[in-house]
Amino acid sequence: MARPTRSKLTPTDIVMWTIGAILIALILWGSIATLARGAYSLDHWVDFTIFGLAQGSIYALIAMGYTMVYGVLRMINFAHSEVFMSGPYTAYYVAAYFHRSGLLETQPVLSMAMVFLVSMATSTLIAYLLELIAYRPLRTAPRLVPLITAIGASFFLQYVFRGLYGSGFQAYPVIKALEGPLYLGPVRVLKFQLVVIFAAALLMLALYQFTQRTRLGRALRSVSEDKEAAALMGVDVDRMISMTFMIGGAAAGAAGVLYAIMFKQVHFFMGFIPGLKAFTAAVLGGIGNIPGAMLGGIFLGLVESIGPSLFLDGLGITAPYQLKDAIAFTMLVLVLIFRPTGILGERLAVKKA
Amino acid sequence: MNAESRERLPGLRLGLVSGACLVLLTLVGIVEAFSQREIVSGVLSMGEGLLFFTGLFIAYLAADRGLRHAGRGRALAAGLVCGLAAAALLALLVLLSKAVNLRQVLINASPAVFQMLVFQREELEVGLALLLAAGLLTGAAAAGLRLLPPVPRRAVTAGLVCVAGLGMLQDTVYPVLSSWGPVAGLADLVFEGLGLSPGGAVALFVLTAAGAAFWALQGAAVRGRIARLSPGGRRGLRIGAFALLALVLAILPQVLGLFLSEVLTIVGLYVLLGLGLNIVVGFAGLLDLGYVAFFAIGSYTVAILTSPELGFFSLSFWQALPFAVLFGVIAGVLLGIPVLKMRGDYLAIATLGFGEIIRILVLSDSLRPWLGGAQGIGKIPKAEIVGFEFGGPQEIYYLILAGCLLVGFISWRLRDSRLGRAWMAVREDEDVAQAMGINLVAAKLLAFATGAGFSALSGAIFATKIGSVYPHSFNVMISINILCVIIVGGIGSMPGVIVGAFALVGLPELLREFAEYRLLVYGAALVAMMLLRPEGLWPEATRRRELHEHEEQAGPTPDAPAAAAAGRP
Repeated sequence: MARPTRSKLTPTDIVMWTIGAILIALILWGSIATLARGAYSLDHWVDFTIFGLAQGSIYALIAMGYTMVYGVLRMINFAHSEVFMSGPYTAYYVAAYFHRSGLLETQPVLSMAMVFLVSMATSTLIAYLLELIAYRPLRTAPRLVPLITAIGASFFLQYVFRGLYGSGFQAYPVIKALEGPLYLGPVRVLKFQLVVIFAAALLMLALYQFTQRTRLGRALRSVSEDKEAAALMGVDVDRMISMTFMIGGAAAGAAGVLYAIMFKQVHFFMGFIPGLKAFTAAVLGGIGNIPGAMLGGIFLGLVESIGPSLFLDGLGITAPYQLKDAIAFTMLVLVLIFRPTGILGERLAVKKA
Repeated sequence: MNAESRERLPGLRLGLVSGACLVLLTLVGIVEAFSQREIVSGVLSMGEGLLFFTGLFIAYLAADRGLRHAGRGRALAAGLVCGLAAAALLALLVLLSKAVNLRQVLINASPAVFQMLVFQREELEVGLALLLAAGLLTGAAAAGLRLLPPVPRRAVTAGLVCVAGLGMLQDTVYPVLSSWGPVAGLADLVFEGLGLSPGGAVALFVLTAAGAAFWALQGAAVRGRIARLSPGGRRGLRIGAFALLALVLAILPQVLGLFLSEVLTIVGLYVLLGLGLNIVVGFAGLLDLGYVAFFAIGSYTVAILTSPELGFFSLSFWQALPFAVLFGVIAGVLLGIPVLKMRGDYLAIATLGFGEIIRILVLSDSLRPWLGGAQGIGKIPKAEIVGFEFGGPQEIYYLILAGCLLVGFISWRLRDSRLGRAWMAVREDEDVAQAMGINLVAAKLLAFATGAGFSALSGAIFATKIGSVYPHSFNVMISINILCVIIVGGIGSMPGVIVGAFALVGLPELLREFAEYRLLVYGAALVAMMLLRPEGLWPEATRRRELHEHEEQAGPTPDAPAAAAAGRP
């Protein structure tokens, strides 16, 4: 889209850059103050980092769904957060059953595999139905229409699951094998955080290889490049769009179980905040870009877990950890304002974001 | 459409969809929650009514498709198949519930609801047979309705809607009617127990249907006669109508009593909010999901300036009100500047982020000395005019009514102004609008500022109405609710906002069992609206024309001559 070239500085630009400069100054000042005070030891920072990595890799997995769908349809699948919620919430009942029957203790790997499978299958199914019922008929509609539909679908799904499973928090069974710390040299890590990081990394790698190497992956990428040309080359575009939603759904379902392993509870509203953050991650990395979403997720997780202690504490703000969500959303707004193409977003910038 | 005509068994696909909907309604617990309420006493509970009307609606769609593709016989077949398939899925659910204990996972799959599905019969076979027969009957009714000529069809629909509506709202309508001397006897005849009396229901149905039929046949003539009146006469008629409307609005709270006035004030607040958001989303096409932030700013400004609890200021409500609106407007501009260059979905997400940031900041302990943290701010004084205190809902109503009239007047005048037309140009195409010489920055900022000002105004009224403000009153759901109100009513349409607010805010307040399912229905309504009727319940005239251009070209609809007659000077 040919925007007017910005040769001269408009007043709004000045306001925006001033805001940016003030924020950067505040961050620097806060960080220096914290570090100078030395309130946190190195162990603390390591803990923050690992927690951030684990949380970030979950965001990254959810972000896959946002970014792939955006790549194909140029729409924000607002209901993806509910796709994420539906999986682990349904799999909770499987996990609880394994827990009651003791299988979770005797056969942890097998039973967890089942839990993952159920979660991924449910999320995949929800994502598929969502596309089929809510989005497919609106593919040629003006851009705001699918977004409004997505918002509606999101709340609909939330409250359907509330109606089906109830409105309380459900405590996910704890897997004994994953509790307790592990020492990697001098560094102390919580086992389940390590598992989360590795599982997420593995899944993302598999997903990336799938889109890059396989025939199906190539078809998916061709649809996101140019739907008409892909159709002319004999790619079934409708099927590929469906497939995109399903793959994103499966990733979200897996992310959901990892989330449940980390935070040990599920709830019908659990998707909203992680979903918004994963979207932030996708935008950070350049929406439509799969490696970008991975990087964005991990970056966001790190900033969110280190940030409150690093720069908010130094500014003398009480209870900085309450503001970690505000940090994430501030980052979202800032990225959308200053670099809507994201960190790795050149590809999309050419194509019209 | 193609898939539909290829289908071997007409209506089967829609029947399965319908069945899935009914199963879902049953399993999420709506049916059971509503079975407490009766539409017709002893005959039809609201839970059954919900299933029946859902089935009827979808079977109607199936019959409609059948009629378009292959004619009357096919339409009847499609309706029957659709109704039967839906009932069959419900029957399967009942059988499943007998075999497995669904309640371990699905908390609302109670035996009571399944017993209701089989018409309280002890023998399962008889119950299931009745269920399937009910499905067939529903399908036949839907097909019959579709095959009726337009006028009787509209009459029957109006009758059904009226009976269902009045039966549903028995517990609010009956007390109001029975307090009016002469009407009370009539009300006792029509209502009985928790719903309508069977005789009353039939009478009501016949009366409404007759009225609707009369209007369908004679409405055009009446409208034509009004159009032919002399200019003076027409002005007199209009003044008369306005006077009547003003009178009704003025005495409404006295007539309706305390509870309904409270509901009216809530609806009024949403109308106020909706009119504001309508400017941003409807006129200027900027999807703002952080709209609740300005509502919060208005509330908090009034709270901080008036409440003795914090002790910074102790202004009166009227002194604080201009500040609330002013801060709202300033916040609108401040939010507007950074998002000027964004479009569509990015704008929506960015504003959603802003709304959340404001809420998190207000909730946090770091700002507690100024904003009260999670405990909020209490003891906000009531508004007062020369000794008249806006205390209870019956008084606050007038404050909100005044606000609605003011905001309605402003947005009505703005809509056709130069600025309003600039907004609509921006909504349709930013680049073209800019090329036409519209200052995008000014137009967008003014839209944000106006909308934010209205929102802050309603926030201020909200604060004095409730008497205290908490961060939890300002979550993202409010933004979504307002968005639903204007979308269901019709984007950009001001009467639509009022219709939407009554339908989406007023109705749930009256049906209290509904509260838990409110957002479920909102979500479904948003999706259904976008899929089936994107222009809303009461659309703006131009928008309706745009969206139905192809239909009007294809051939005049039954309303077309009437509409043309009404439109002629």
